[in-house]
Amino acid sequence: MSQGLSPIAFLTRTRRPGRIGVTDILSWAWLVLGTLAVLIPVVWAGLSSFKPAAEITRFPPTLLPRAAVQQTVPGFDAPLSLWTVDVDGQRREMAMVRRIGLKAQMVDPSNPGPPVSVDVKNMSPVQRLTIATENYTDPLTRFDFLTFLKNSVFVTFVATLLTLVVNALAAFALSKYRFRGEKAIFVLIISTLMIPLTVVMVPAYLVVVGVGLVDSLWGIIIPTVASPTGVFLLRQYMLTIPDELIEAARVDAASEFRIFWRIILPLTAPALAVLAIFSVLWRWNDFLWPLIVLSSRENFTLQVGLNAFQGEFSVQWNYILAMTFLSLAPVTVVFLFLQKYITTGIAGTGMK
Amino acid sequence: MSTPKATDLGGRALDVVMGLVEAPINGFERLMGRKRMPYLFLAPNLILFGIFTFLPIAIAVGYAFTGGTGLFVSERPFVGFDNFRQLLQCEDYLRPGSCRESLFWTAVWNTLWFVGFNVAATLLVALVTALILNRAMAARGFFRAMFFYPVLLSPVVIGLIWKWFLDRNGLLNAFLQMLGVPPEIFLLDVGWSRFFVVVVSVWFHMGFYTLILLAGLQAIPKDLYEAASIDAASPRRTLFRITLPLLGPNLLVVLILLMIRSVQIFDEAWVLTNGGGPGTANSFIVQYIYQMAFGSDLRLFGLASAASVLMGLVLLVLTLIQLRLGRKMES
Repeated sequence: MSQGLSPIAFLTRTRRPGRIGVTDILSWAWLVLGTLAVLIPVVWAGLSSFKPAAEITRFPPTLLPRAAVQQTVPGFDAPLSLWTVDVDGQRREMAMVRRIGLKAQMVDPSNPGPPVSVDVKNMSPVQRLTIATENYTDPLTRFDFLTFLKNSVFVTFVATLLTLVVNALAAFALSKYRFRGEKAIFVLIISTLMIPLTVVMVPAYLVVVGVGLVDSLWGIIIPTVASPTGVFLLRQYMLTIPDELIEAARVDAASEFRIFWRIILPLTAPALAVLAIFSVLWRWNDFLWPLIVLSSRENFTLQVGLNAFQGEFSVQWNYILAMTFLSLAPVTVVFLFLQKYITTGIAGTGMK
Repeated sequence: MSTPKATDLGGRALDVVMGLVEAPINGFERLMGRKRMPYLFLAPNLILFGIFTFLPIAIAVGYAFTGGTGLFVSERPFVGFDNFRQLLQCEDYLRPGSCRESLFWTAVWNTLWFVGFNVAATLLVALVTALILNRAMAARGFFRAMFFYPVLLSPVVIGLIWKWFLDRNGLLNAFLQMLGVPPEIFLLDVGWSRFFVVVVSVWFHMGFYTLILLAGLQAIPKDLYEAASIDAASPRRTLFRITLPLLGPNLLVVLILLMIRSVQIFDEAWVLTNGGGPGTANSFIVQYIYQMAFGSDLRLFGLASAASVLMGLVLLVLTLIQLRLGRKMES
């Protein structure tokens, strides 16, 4: 896509023009099957998230969200379900009054007369495409999902902003100054890349309790702000900015901070953008650390809330899937628009 | 920031804020001189690293030698190697049931099996995909993006999506029913649940490794392939004599990276298997650490730290191998 060629052009392209070899077919099959394997579970969860609660556990399932149609019929208090019925060789739409064993009592919904008895073998429910928006609105209003969502947005936004500022400042110092201990500090920062959270999570929790940030959103924002990846990425980029610009600004008596703010930061925008994308994704998806630090429900992020929710309401898949999709949607949108930045950002210089 | 598109109001507000921030920093510069400025710029970063990364590392080792349920080191009695002894005391390491901490050894063995299968499967799938993407130049961007997409999702989301896919009423069972196979509750079966933890892990991460391997493949000089085609070398010969040997260092790096990450399996498996089920079939080391320290009212921080230290040592060895390899690749 990004290369400007459609899959069709790819499919018809072969190693030796005019001949399709076995390897071409196998390669093609692998890529298409792989794409399906990626898409099917996601799309299936997405389609299911729009199914009404009564429909979601139907087996075998329907592909699209559908629901039985109900209609209010004069003379009956509750709405009645509509069925397609074969009566005397005629197909008709009728409303079911009640069901007794293998017989059902049906009335004509538009002209309700005395109920007709119909064999259940001869009827099938009328279903229509239905989007159960209540799957999305209920958790946001009745449960705490709006709080989780707000917390996640707050954490993602604030942590990303702080990550950019703190790491850009450090990268500026490490790329544009010569000072004692420069190398040692750089190595020290980069070495933290090797320490996974899983190894230090118990003492890290202790520290967070010690500084009074436990069970607070700041307890998941502040410890993650300093990022070795961020420092490295920004420093490498800042090294390519010519020092003459800084010298010229100093001649004009600009302060060091003004140089950083007015000259270096705007010129580092592409690298800052890459770091911002990564930071947003990290914070939004973060699970283990928030799970440890946050204990009260009103502080849960979306991921922790989702995990708690699925433990409590394990049967209400319609709600769980809707909230799963709500959490997945922003990431997907970010990816659709910025996939090129993300993949090249990861592959580094090796990628063309 | 580089575009002047930001509304004037926002720009002016930012100027005011920056003016306030700038004043004390410029004061520092006048007072201490330009040469001291890099230290000021590094300070926020180093303070945060110090408190939230280096301090925990320093505590971690000491913590493993303390007992009790207190949180702060001052409240915890020194117990020497007791925690390690408790973890490592075992009649037969192959039978976790015979160990004093049977849960730990169950987790160790589960993790080892997972690492073995996951590393092999991910490496194979990522390598094949990278080789194919490297060959087919057109639409590469599309497929590369497609395979990479799951990498960006949250482990909780992935756990839930797959849980639904594998549900008793899920799509996989519907498909199997079409083929006449009776439905199966995959995640309640020991064998199937372990199998699908690996499948989900491969599905989640393979795009990342494909990307790294693809970058390695594209760095192989094209003239080698031209020379091979002049010599009329078979595609298979080209693969085994040129591509794979030259990709070797990249493959090793990916292998070690995969091992380091596989050992730390937790998030997606935790959500997918409802906390390691059925029983303890999918309980891994990080889960053990989490459960000992935070999972219940046990609060066995000492035992959890000891397990962390043991896992950290394994990861350290793997990391050192990785660094050694990286240095070799550069030279």
